[in-house]
Amino acid sequence: MQTKTHINLDPAFRWLTLASGLAVLLLVGSILYTLVMGAMPALKHFGFGFLTSQEWDPAFMEFGALSSIYGTLASTAIGMLIAVPLSLVIALFLVEIAPPAVSRIVGGAIELLAAIPSIIYGMWGLFVFAPFMADHAQPWLASIAPGFALFQGPPMGIGMLSAGIILALMVLPFITSVTRDVFQMVPAVVKESAYGMGSTTWEVTRKVTIPYGIQGVVGACFLGLGRAIGETMAVTFVIGNRHEISASLFAAGNSIASTLANEFTEASDDLYLAALIELGLVLFGVTLVLQWAARWWLRRTARKLGAVR
Amino acid sequence: MRQRSLTYRRGIDLGIRLISFLAALFGMAMLGWILSIVILKGMPAINWQFFTELPAPPGMPGGGLANAILGTLLITLLAVLMGVPIGLAAGVWLAEFGQQSKTAEAVRFAANLLMGTPSIIIGVFVYVAIVMTTGHFSGISGAVALAIIMLPVVARTAEDMLALVPSALREAALALGVPRWKATLGIVFRSAKTGLLTGILLAVARVSGETAPLLFTSLNSPYWPESFNEPTANLTVTIFNYAMSPYEDWQTLAWGASLLIAASVLGTTVISRGLLWYRSK
Repeated sequence: MQTKTHINLDPAFRWLTLASGLAVLLLVGSILYTLVMGAMPALKHFGFGFLTSQEWDPAFMEFGALSSIYGTLASTAIGMLIAVPLSLVIALFLVEIAPPAVSRIVGGAIELLAAIPSIIYGMWGLFVFAPFMADHAQPWLASIAPGFALFQGPPMGIGMLSAGIILALMVLPFITSVTRDVFQMVPAVVKESAYGMGSTTWEVTRKVTIPYGIQGVVGACFLGLGRAIGETMAVTFVIGNRHEISASLFAAGNSIASTLANEFTEASDDLYLAALIELGLVLFGVTLVLQWAARWWLRRTARKLGAVR
Repeated sequence: MRQRSLTYRRGIDLGIRLISFLAALFGMAMLGWILSIVILKGMPAINWQFFTELPAPPGMPGGGLANAILGTLLITLLAVLMGVPIGLAAGVWLAEFGQQSKTAEAVRFAANLLMGTPSIIIGVFVYVAIVMTTGHFSGISGAVALAIIMLPVVARTAEDMLALVPSALREAALALGVPRWKATLGIVFRSAKTGLLTGILLAVARVSGETAPLLFTSLNSPYWPESFNEPTANLTVTIFNYAMSPYEDWQTLAWGASLLIAASVLGTTVISRGLLWYRSK
């Protein structure tokens, strides 16, 4: 039976949706291409030295990425050092210890931490957390380890350490939720047999759950790392924005993302702008590699554990 | 194997339980600390003027962020209009046509990469691609940046939700002679409605708190948004500028704006999670 329309819209529908799918693919390519093109003047002018020079002086057109790269790595490292162990024990609490109702509420609250916009972390960090660090945490750290190079300098509140702690809070929910899912994938039979032999909860976790899920946990950490490394607003508010490398965690510094956020609209000269775009290119490259590694790793893990996430 | 006393093992176990309980408590406490500060500091700024007036110069009484509120709504709406249809279509292709093909795997891979790309990089990209080409900052470039951030989120959740629809439903529709496009839009979409809506809401929640990609695309403006072709006021960049300013009344406005953003983002997130939970029951 033929109704009134004889035009077959199906091929058009198929092509339209295919075009949208390819648009996603094209977008990643064009971001890479555009950033390389935009950074070209700086790429040509500074060459490889861009990555190893600490000089950043817009007045003399001297640009080097080293302090930004160092700041990105240092703040991310602090963030991960705090977030990974915390996430692991919180995931442990959610899966093994808390009763289901409590687990759902606490899990929901931890996930809400991920929904808070970055700029809110920034506001809170600048006006509440940084003064707290300056008045209480930093003097205390300096007093328990006097002369320790990492805790030198005036306690200003803002700086590398505060930025790292806020980053830890921001990536915590991501690592926690993936780790929780990984822990839940461990077959009950395997755990029950360990319990049956008289193991305590911690022994089951250490000898069974963690070894079983270790791949997934590593993948979760990669995912958190990818987030932390590109985080912009919260870091910009508290890191202090200074183009200098300092051994002290109390000192102000900068990261690639914070430099971009602060200086992009001020870049009056073509070379200045190109240098900033090159910084963006460096960050994009690093996150692409991290994302790729994390996805590849998690997929392998999921296949091994027989569950697809 | 080394023998340990039962008391020792129980002690370790109790210690770890305590640590993990305290860690969970710590996470909740941080959430509570941040939210209560935003509410406490933001409430004094929220009044009638906040929603109806343009910003006043520092030191002058009154003044609100009406232009930024409107600007944020307009930019987000425009971003939804651009990002959601393309994202949905891409999701349809992945779930209905592409499936396990090589091209589909490549698209999925690209979408995942894009989801993990820092939003400030999207901002730099749109700056070079649009702002530099047109020669000026504009609301539309900000909306494009937000749409790019939404696109992979919508596409991936749409794919997941459509994949949950039983094939029998598609087959039944096709067997009745319904064309493929009609079956997809009229029947598959309808049964995946809640899931699709959740995906869209989550994407909207994600972009409405975004600041970094707007810093050098939409920029900001002290005036009413009149055209998308010029710098457009928005809440998040206003928070950034006002929080960094030395004026106390501007900082108060920034807290008010933070409260508004936090409430709407968290509200949207909770609603969409609730929808998802309701659906899975």
